[in-house]
Amino acid sequence: MANAYTLDFEKPLLELERQIDELKRVGEERDIDVAEELKALQAKLESLREDLYRNLTPMQRVSVARHPKRPYTLDYLGSIFTDFVELHGDRLYRDDLAIVGGWARLGGTSVMVIGHQKGRDTRENIKRNFGMPHPEGYRKALRLMKLAARFQAPVVTLIDTPGAYPGLGAEERGQSEALATNILEMAMLPTPIITVVIGEGGSGGALALGVADRVLMFENSVYSVISPEGCAAILWKDASQRERAAFALKLTGADLQSFKVIDEIVPEPVGGAHQDPDAAGEALREALIRHVAELKKVRPEKLVRRRGEKYAGMGVYSEA
Amino acid sequence: MAWFKKERKARISQRTKLEIPKDAWERCESCGHVDIRERFERAFNVCGECGHHRRFSAEEYIELLTDAGTWRELFGNLRSQDPLKFENYADRLALAMKKAGTSDAVYTGFGRLEGLPYHIGVMNFAFMGGSMGSVVGEKIARLARRSVDKRLPLVIVCTSGGARMQEGVLSLMQMAKTSATIGVLKAEAIPFITILTNPTTGGVSASFAMQGDAILAEPGAVIGFAGQRVIKQTIGQDLPEGFQTAEFLVEHGQIDDVVPRGSLRETTARILRHMLGHGAAIPPAAQTLS
Repeated sequence: MANAYTLDFEKPLLELERQIDELKRVGEERDIDVAEELKALQAKLESLREDLYRNLTPMQRVSVARHPKRPYTLDYLGSIFTDFVELHGDRLYRDDLAIVGGWARLGGTSVMVIGHQKGRDTRENIKRNFGMPHPEGYRKALRLMKLAARFQAPVVTLIDTPGAYPGLGAEERGQSEALATNILEMAMLPTPIITVVIGEGGSGGALALGVADRVLMFENSVYSVISPEGCAAILWKDASQRERAAFALKLTGADLQSFKVIDEIVPEPVGGAHQDPDAAGEALREALIRHVAELKKVRPEKLVRRRGEKYAGMGVYSEA
Repeated sequence: MAWFKKERKARISQRTKLEIPKDAWERCESCGHVDIRERFERAFNVCGECGHHRRFSAEEYIELLTDAGTWRELFGNLRSQDPLKFENYADRLALAMKKAGTSDAVYTGFGRLEGLPYHIGVMNFAFMGGSMGSVVGEKIARLARRSVDKRLPLVIVCTSGGARMQEGVLSLMQMAKTSATIGVLKAEAIPFITILTNPTTGGVSASFAMQGDAILAEPGAVIGFAGQRVIKQTIGQDLPEGFQTAEFLVEHGQIDDVVPRGSLRETTARILRHMLGHGAAIPPAAQTLS
């Protein structure tokens, strides 16, 4: 099952997959039993895949996080949540389709789910603006969060964006203000907030949905202050130095956990969430249900105080 | 005719004496107007010809916005670390400290403005482009918390290229850290004014800079989230004239007003007095009591 979106570092897998397909074809054509050889090749494929994924470089992980077949917010809304009702618009300007949100049920609990939404193909990506929201997207998100808080429903945000959209209209309508307001309001929101980085966590455009009581990251997601390409362009005037920048930026889940910026890493199937979306969804569902149950026990005032204390503790400095 | 010769000699030497040293002259970067430096300085480094607001140092803003002798620095002992072991960051920090002569990219402290006691933070573009890392975030957050504890208004003069890349996601989290404390400030109804100076962009504009109860900006200051080069690349066309300037922002309803440097002191004090519930300036007699 060679797929059209093979990442560079997965090329060795492609060759094995080709051999497997070839063997199957020969077996069928000549009606010979190739089960043994097939099993051996498949085992080899799996172990090679495991090896590759155990030793991903930071930039390779970025490419998995950006994989065009990776499950997006609406995929999880369809698989692990039920009773989803999408709510549109910021009530001020328009509906930004780079962010989706609405009521949904998780286990037995009604929650507000809000997430960035990328498109699968060019047409869809134009509609979704490649998952890069304008201010109105963030304002829609905030409207839904406040709605959730009023009904004491937990908020679940799913992060998957290259960043807030850098464009004329976005600046005219106050991208800075929209991000700044969301970040502040999320810090003060009197209801549980759980954030999961499901793909790309791109800078302020990610954080504006990501101030939360619990922040989780999928194993092959990344979260950074700037893209490796952007960092390389600024520091070394050369976007092709992205490997070097990805390494320097320390943007993997393990890195962020060591800085105490995130609380938990959600495991992915070998080969990335897109290899087995159901398994990825199940792992996400389990984690979300657990955190919602824990946080629902805490009084809102205490929740907000603890959240503030958590962010107050972030950063590394010394006192001379 | 010996005295003639003598006089001539004297005149030449007098001329060389009168010659003004080269660095006494300055040229406005915007209109090319040349004037003696002293005259620029007297006008807060605003060009008398075209009104262009030239670079004003963090130290000069402190002087401008605090009554003489009232400034007291707080949290000046915080120092940046290199948590990511980011290549060259340690060297760049050392160089920045030497070049800027300060410990990091923001001053935080106490002062009085027309007699009003208040907290003031002034960002320093000379230190790594005013970028926000852990120290900038921590100092702003501490100053905001102290404002809540002491019930003192807070003013922050902003200038920044954005988050400090070399501290990775930890610098991003400073946006959340500062915003969370500003949130408490707001809940406690402590007045908070931000003054945006050239340039205020990226992570700083997308956090505390845009959270002021009043947001003022200097004429011509570039203010925005995304950098102009990035926007140009993304949309593939030139940007309209005046895009992302203070005037552009006020026109689009994003800030409260554009205030020339010469009026910053008076405008800030006036807004603070309104928010504190005393419309008039504190009479000098009462100043010693508060």
